[in-house]
Amino acid sequence: MKKLSVRRRHPLAALVVLLFALAATGGLYAAFAPAKTAQADSSSQSIAIEEGKKLYATGCSSCHGPGGQGSTDGPSLVGVGAAAVDFQVGTGRMPAQQPGAQVPKKQPIYTQAQIDQLAAYIASLGPGPGIPSKKQYDPKGGDIAAGGELFRTNCAQCHNFAGEGGALTDGKYAPSLRGVDPKHIYEAMLTGPQQMPTFPDTTMPEKAKRDIIAYVNDTTRADNPNPGGFSLGRLGPVTEGLFGWIFGLGALIATAVWVAARTAKARKS
Amino acid sequence: MSTNDNPKSREKAPAGQKAADWADGRVGLYNLAKSNLRKIFPDHWSFMLGEICLYSFIIIILTGVYLTLFFKPSMGEVVYHGSYVPLQGVRMSEAYESTLNISFDVRGGLLVRQIHHWAAIVFVAGMLVHMMRVFFTGAFRKPREINWTFGFLLLVMGMFDGFLGYSLPDDLLSGTGIRFMEGAVLSVPIVGTYLSFFLFGGQFPGFDVVPRFFTIHILLLPGIMLGLVVAHLILVVYHKHTQFPGPGKTNKNVVGMPLMPVYMAKAGGFFFVVFGVITLLSAIATVNPIWAYGPYRPDQVSTDAQPDWYMGFSEGLIRIMPGWEINFAGHTLVLGVFIPLIVFPLVLTAIAVYPFIESWVTGDKREHHLLDRPRNAPTRTGLGVAWISLYLILLVGGGNDLFATHFHLSINAITWVVRVSFFVLPPVAFIITKRICLGLQRRDREKVLHGRETGVIKRLPHGEFIEVHEPLPQGKVFELTAHDQPKPLEIGAEVDENGVVRKVKRTQKVRAKLSQAFYGEGSQIPKPTPQEHEEITSGHGHH
Repeated sequence: MKKLSVRRRHPLAALVVLLFALAATGGLYAAFAPAKTAQADSSSQSIAIEEGKKLYATGCSSCHGPGGQGSTDGPSLVGVGAAAVDFQVGTGRMPAQQPGAQVPKKQPIYTQAQIDQLAAYIASLGPGPGIPSKKQYDPKGGDIAAGGELFRTNCAQCHNFAGEGGALTDGKYAPSLRGVDPKHIYEAMLTGPQQMPTFPDTTMPEKAKRDIIAYVNDTTRADNPNPGGFSLGRLGPVTEGLFGWIFGLGALIATAVWVAARTAKARKS
Repeated sequence: MSTNDNPKSREKAPAGQKAADWADGRVGLYNLAKSNLRKIFPDHWSFMLGEICLYSFIIIILTGVYLTLFFKPSMGEVVYHGSYVPLQGVRMSEAYESTLNISFDVRGGLLVRQIHHWAAIVFVAGMLVHMMRVFFTGAFRKPREINWTFGFLLLVMGMFDGFLGYSLPDDLLSGTGIRFMEGAVLSVPIVGTYLSFFLFGGQFPGFDVVPRFFTIHILLLPGIMLGLVVAHLILVVYHKHTQFPGPGKTNKNVVGMPLMPVYMAKAGGFFFVVFGVITLLSAIATVNPIWAYGPYRPDQVSTDAQPDWYMGFSEGLIRIMPGWEINFAGHTLVLGVFIPLIVFPLVLTAIAVYPFIESWVTGDKREHHLLDRPRNAPTRTGLGVAWISLYLILLVGGGNDLFATHFHLSINAITWVVRVSFFVLPPVAFIITKRICLGLQRRDREKVLHGRETGVIKRLPHGEFIEVHEPLPQGKVFELTAHDQPKPLEIGAEVDENGVVRKVKRTQKVRAKLSQAFYGEGSQIPKPTPQEHEEITSGHGHH
C-alpha cells in the first residue's frame, strides 16, 4: 500500500489511471452494448442491402420511387417488410407486367438469392414482418381439421371451399391456392397482398396459420384422392349442372336418337 | 306373382298361361292387355324425352330408398370420428355425419349417393327439354292442356324436391342455400318474420329444419309426384300419342309400332340405357362433394355458392337485382330480395299459362293430334325462344362469378350485361326467331313449287344456264303443305250500314289484335295452293 501511495505522484500515474479507466469503459461497453454491432455477419448484411439497392434501382424504382417512397404508379415500400418482398417477387407478381385490375402470378424473374437481397434492402427502409422460418409454415406441423375450420371461416368466402379461387369485384379475383409454396401462403396471410386482408399474429396466431397451411396443402395436393371421381374443378354446382346437361342428358338424347332411328322392319310373311 | 300351380286340373297349359289366367280372373288382365298391348306409338326420338324423365325418376326413388336406410335426419350435434381424415374431430350435425358415413363407410354408399344426385340433375333437365318439345310442336293443344299442366307441376315439384334433397346433408353449401331461402322468406312484407319462424321452428337454423325437409323430400313431394306421373301417363294413353304430319298420318290415326313387342323392348331397353348412363356418370364424376364443403355453420360461407342448375335462374334473379331497400312507416322493405322472389314464380308461370293464352287468342277449339313443325307457328316459336333466352341469361347471371374467373372478365360488367339482357334479349330473340321461321316457310314454299336444287347446271340451246330442279316426291310435298294456316279473328265493322254502333268489348279488341299478331300477314307465308303447284309443275312454267 505504501508503494502505491509513494508513487501516486509519479508523472506517469495519470497515464496509468487513464489506461485503467479506458479499459473499464471499453470492457463495460463490450459487456452491455447491443449485440447487433458486434455480430460478425454485419458486413455481409450490408453487402446484401447494397446489392438489393442496386437491383431495386433497376427493377423497381420506376414505380416505387428511387428511395422506396412510392409514386403514383406504385405504393410506398417503407415498412412493408421482407415478407412482402419475398411473397410479391417470389411468386412473380412483382415486377408487374402491366397495370390492370390485379397483378397476376407469373414465373418469377429473380433468383431466391436476389429476392433475399431485395428483401434485405426493403427491410432496411423501415421495420416490417420478416420472412418466416420453415418451422413456422411447415404443413407437417399443422392440424388439417382445425385448419379446415379456420379456412372456411376466414378464407373460403373468396378462395372457395377447396382453395380453387373466386371472383371479386371489377375483374379482381382471389387466386387459386393450388401449388402455392407454404412459405408464400404464410407471407400472404402476414402481409395481405393486393385485395387480401392482413392476418397478423395478433388476430391469427402462428399455430392457426400453420393449421390453415396444412389444410390448403392437403386439399390442393396433386395426389389428393378425390373420392367421387373427376372433381369437375371443385367449383360447386355450376360445373356439375353443365356436366350433367352435356354428358348426362346429352348422352341420353344421343341414345334416344339412336334407338328411334332403328325402327322395327315389317316382315313379309 | 306366385303362380298358384294346380297341375292336376290344367295339365297341358304352360305355367305362363296359368299365371295369366289366374290374373285375368282377378284383375281382368286379358281385357287390359287387349286394349293396351297393341297400343300404337309413333317413332321419333323427341318422343323419348319423357321416358328419360320417367326412368330417371324411378332411379331416384330406388337409390333414395337405399339412402334413407343410412341417413339420419337430425340436427343433433356430434363430433366426427369417421374415416375421412380432414374432418376428424370437427363438430357437426348428425345429418352431415351420416352423409359422410354414406360417402365413406357404407358399401356402395358414395356411388348410390352420386347416382341419386346425378339422376336428379338429369331428371329436371329432361323435364325441361321434354316440356320444350311439347311447347314447340304445339302438343299442348286440346285435348292435352291438362296433361301440360300436370307436366308443369311435375317440373316445379321436381325443382323444389331437388332443392330440399341437396339441403338435407347440412353441409356448408346447402346451409348457405337454406340461408338464402330464409332471407327470401324474411323479405316478404309484414308476415316474413312469422313465416320464417314457422318454417324453421324458431330462429334459423334451429333443429327442425332437417327433419322437416326430410319428410317433405322423401314423402310429401315424391308422393304427389308419383300420383301426377301416373295421371300423366294415363292421359298419354287415353289421348294417344301425337305424331308429326306425313303421308298417311292424319288427325284421326296414329302411325307407328305397337307397344307389344316393339315398344316393350325399346322402352324397356331404354330404361337400362338410362340407368347405365347415369351410373357411368356417377362412377366417373363427383357430384356435390359435401366432404369438401365442410359442415354448415352460419358464420361460414364459401364462394361458388350456387344452387343446383334448376334453381340457378332464381340465383340469377337475386344476383342481378340492385340492392334496393325502402323504409316505410318504420318497416324496412328489402326490394332487392323481394322483387326477385316475386319474379321467380312469374318466370315459371309465363311458360305454364301460354297454352291457355294461345287457345284463347286463336279461338281454336278443335282437337289436335298432329304436331306443328315449329316454323309453321312463328309467333309461338318466337315466344318460346324468348322465354328460353330469358332463362339462359338468368343462368349466366347466377353463375356470374365463374364466368368472371374463367373468361377473365369483370363480374360487375357481366352483371350489367345480364341486367340489360333481361329486358332486351327476349324481344330480340323473339324477332330473330320469328324471322328465321318465316324464312324457313319461304324455303318450304320454294321447295314445293320449284323442287330441290340438284346442283346440275344445264346450258340451254340459246346459251342460258339454268340449274336443274328436281320436283319433290309426293310424300314430301304433303309433309310441307299439310299444316293449317288459320286466319286471324275479325271483329267485323263496328258501325253497320245504318250507322248503328255495335258494342265491342275491349277484350274482344285485344284478342283480335293478338290474333292478328299470331296469324296476320307478317306472321305466316301463304303456303302454296294446289293450283299454284299444278300450274308450275305442269310444265307450262318457266323451267
